[in-house]
Amino acid sequence: MALNETDLLSQAGSVENILRFDDIEPVLESNDLSVAYGDQTAVSGVSLQVPKNSVVSLIGPSGCGKSTLLRCFNRMNDLIPSASVKGTVNFAGQNIYDPEVDPTEIRFRIGMVFQRPNPFPKSIYENVAFGARINGITDDLDELVETSLRRAAVWDEVKDRLNDSGLSVSGGQQQRICIARALAVNPEIVLMDEPASALDPISTQAIEQLIQELSNEVTIIIVTHNMQQATRISDYAAVMMAGEERIGRMIEYGTNDQVFGNPKDERTEAYVTGRIG
Amino acid sequence: MNEQQGNILSIGRQEFDRELGRLEAELILMSGLVEKAIFDALQALKNRDIDRSQKVINEDDHIDKTELEIERYCIELIRRESPMAGDLRRIVASLQIAGELERIGDYAEGIAKISINMGSQPPLKELIDIPRMGDKAVSMLKRSLESFISRDEDVVRTIVVELESEDDEVDDLYTKVQGDLMELVKSDPDNAERATYLMWVAHNVERVADRAMNIAERALFQATGQLVSGTTTIDTNVE
Repeated sequence: MALNETDLLSQAGSVENILRFDDIEPVLESNDLSVAYGDQTAVSGVSLQVPKNSVVSLIGPSGCGKSTLLRCFNRMNDLIPSASVKGTVNFAGQNIYDPEVDPTEIRFRIGMVFQRPNPFPKSIYENVAFGARINGITDDLDELVETSLRRAAVWDEVKDRLNDSGLSVSGGQQQRICIARALAVNPEIVLMDEPASALDPISTQAIEQLIQELSNEVTIIIVTHNMQQATRISDYAAVMMAGEERIGRMIEYGTNDQVFGNPKDERTEAYVTGRIG
Repeated sequence: MNEQQGNILSIGRQEFDRELGRLEAELILMSGLVEKAIFDALQALKNRDIDRSQKVINEDDHIDKTELEIERYCIELIRRESPMAGDLRRIVASLQIAGELERIGDYAEGIAKISINMGSQPPLKELIDIPRMGDKAVSMLKRSLESFISRDEDVVRTIVVELESEDDEVDDLYTKVQGDLMELVKSDPDNAERATYLMWVAHNVERVADRAMNIAERALFQATGQLVSGTTTIDTNVE
């Protein structure tokens, strides 16, 4: 089958298969974004527009560059010494890769939640208050912690044990505490890298419901391998694919109905129906 | 993806492809049963063959059972495989087509029951237009199934256009049959009972053609993602 041919897998999607928004200002937009680790290009030529208060899923086979792309959106790749980024990521009227931009500020405004819950070895309260304390905010911390934990739909479960270690609660609760920690600094965008893949079905359901509720106030870009999850929670899906030379490219970007219902690119069809994976 | 993962995936996928093939085969088989039921029902009516009419009625249970089996199989595939994209459209279209075929089976059963109710009475007039309607309706049914099996947008669109024209021909014949029968009733009110029987037979055959149209519309959904009913279209690719 032609789909197994390396050259086909490594081709970027044709322009008409990539959704563009003419009538709205995207909250985040990458233009011809490429990432390399040393000499190895990991992601190439991604131009993606993310509408405000939407949920966008990044999907594709393992090793196609989804997480690498996600980390570009808040300059997390800066923390990897060999990583270099070309192209632009426009957010709030500026390219976040401009030299005068402070990456720490960007990471507050564009938060991140990882695959495995990673609460700090501190109390639940201090985990959530962490970002505010770093920013020198000390007033109304109690209110901030409560509001953030409520927004992350975990307040009722932990309100009586705020001084317990963030590590003492279940995995699902830890993940929601990490989401509360990200929300506490009022980000405009939250990036999520397979946030439910290490969780049981009940916790996964809680996270999915939370994502849908949060999308009324923040924009969410989520990497997921679970296509049913992507169809449940997202408004748009971007499909990444890499050939044998392991350069990830975006082959299709569109509404859920398009990507999971009737994809334009035959490689997307092959991926979402499990013919390649 | 390493080679081992690739093999595991492709084995799982091959099995799913086989099951989709089996689903299609079941639908083709069911379609064959339904075509035969319509043909037999009209032949029995024409030849006043009560036994054959009764057989059509008895065999409708088999058609109903086949429909339920296909439905059960579709539900199982949806539950087990969580199908996406073309796979999902194929299963959903199969589910709907099985329902359409079951209703066509009911029309055949209806014709057979009318034939039995007619008892030993000869038909009011020589049956010419109703068998012509029947031939066209069965031909439309075959073509609609062909369009579904092709899974090719161009083929489906071509067949839909052809079927629309044939459906108009069936409708014209139906109108003619109605007119002829009304004339016979007007000329002799005692003809009313026998005319009504044939009116109902013609109605059932006309509905078969409509159902064949529905099947072609489901084939179009499978091929394109567009939900079509008559002149109404909803594109499922657009939110």
